[in-house]
Amino acid sequence: MCSYITEKTAIFGSAKGRGGWMSVDTAVVYYDHPVHAQLDHALNIDIVNSRTRERVAIELSAASARELVARIQAALDSGEAIHLGSAQAGPRSGAPA
Amino acid sequence: MMYRDLLCQEIQFKGHDGGECVAYYARPAGAGPFPGVAFIHHIPGWNEVCIETARRFAHHGYACITHNLYSRYGEGDADDIGARARAEGGVSDEQMLGDTGAAIAWLRARPEANGRIGIIGYCSGGRQAYLAGCRLPNIQAVVDCWGGRVIVKDSAALNARQPVAAIDYTKELAAPLLGIFGNDDKEPDAEQVNKTEAILKSLGKTCEFHRYDGAGHAFFDWSRVSYRPEQAMDAWKKIFAFYGKHLA
Repeated sequence: MCSYITEKTAIFGSAKGRGGWMSVDTAVVYYDHPVHAQLDHALNIDIVNSRTRERVAIELSAASARELVARIQAALDSGEAIHLGSAQAGPRSGAPA
Repeated sequence: MMYRDLLCQEIQFKGHDGGECVAYYARPAGAGPFPGVAFIHHIPGWNEVCIETARRFAHHGYACITHNLYSRYGEGDADDIGARARAEGGVSDEQMLGDTGAAIAWLRARPEANGRIGIIGYCSGGRQAYLAGCRLPNIQAVVDCWGGRVIVKDSAALNARQPVAAIDYTKELAAPLLGIFGNDDKEPDAEQVNKTEAILKSLGKTCEFHRYDGAGHAFFDWSRVSYRPEQAMDAWKKIFAFYGKHLA
């Protein structure tokens, strides 16, 4: 690919990076050459604290990224059904009000 | 002739709009004169492969500068800085041309330089080398290694930072161009490579294209699964022969 094409979204949460835990507010996703994973192309995710510009980086094969998407969705569906009740389960994102 | 005694240093110069630009300079020891090479890094960043590439050129008798197009994105590991640059939209062609022109001027002013400059880049740097060859003055030889998006398939991919496809500047190319490509590459694919070569020839440009079977993108990168040693070493011979002819 070798392009700057990215998907970017605001997120709310924390990640553990080089200096320990940190708040994160941005996720950058792109399918391009990885730095470390021994793949020609990878689904790359950078979880970023935009204030300190620190990131946690992940590089996944396309197949494992798709499986991860499905597992995240499944975990959200079952977890929210248990903890919030099925009536309240559904898409949630962003910072708590 | 090989030059084992090298002088290497990190330097700084004023780049586009007077911004501080960091570069690595490697050259053979001695008074010269040595032909110059400016090497443009790939999108992942100004990493160890780039530094080693500069030393490879020096080993073969060239004074090589590789400048960090991400100098304005702060300090840190090359991959972190590369990710930061990507997330913030990447380097504009205007900035790249300003930084690269300043790097070439720095190199040409060196007392050990012979005044002749070749430019080369891998991947996005291949496209940028092609663009620099068209837009910057007084470059004597251009090497495009699998530059993606010299030909843009979808004009929607053009934006404020990269507003014009490099191919559209081809008529301004004044130097001979060497192209190195893997036939398994998808960006540029065989059709794009063939079309680029056809356009260069139709405009009367001097060009030499080499296409390698069994190789895809980034087949010089010895840290990646894409590395193809046999094809890479043959292509390096082509590069040194090309620069030897045009930069001596």
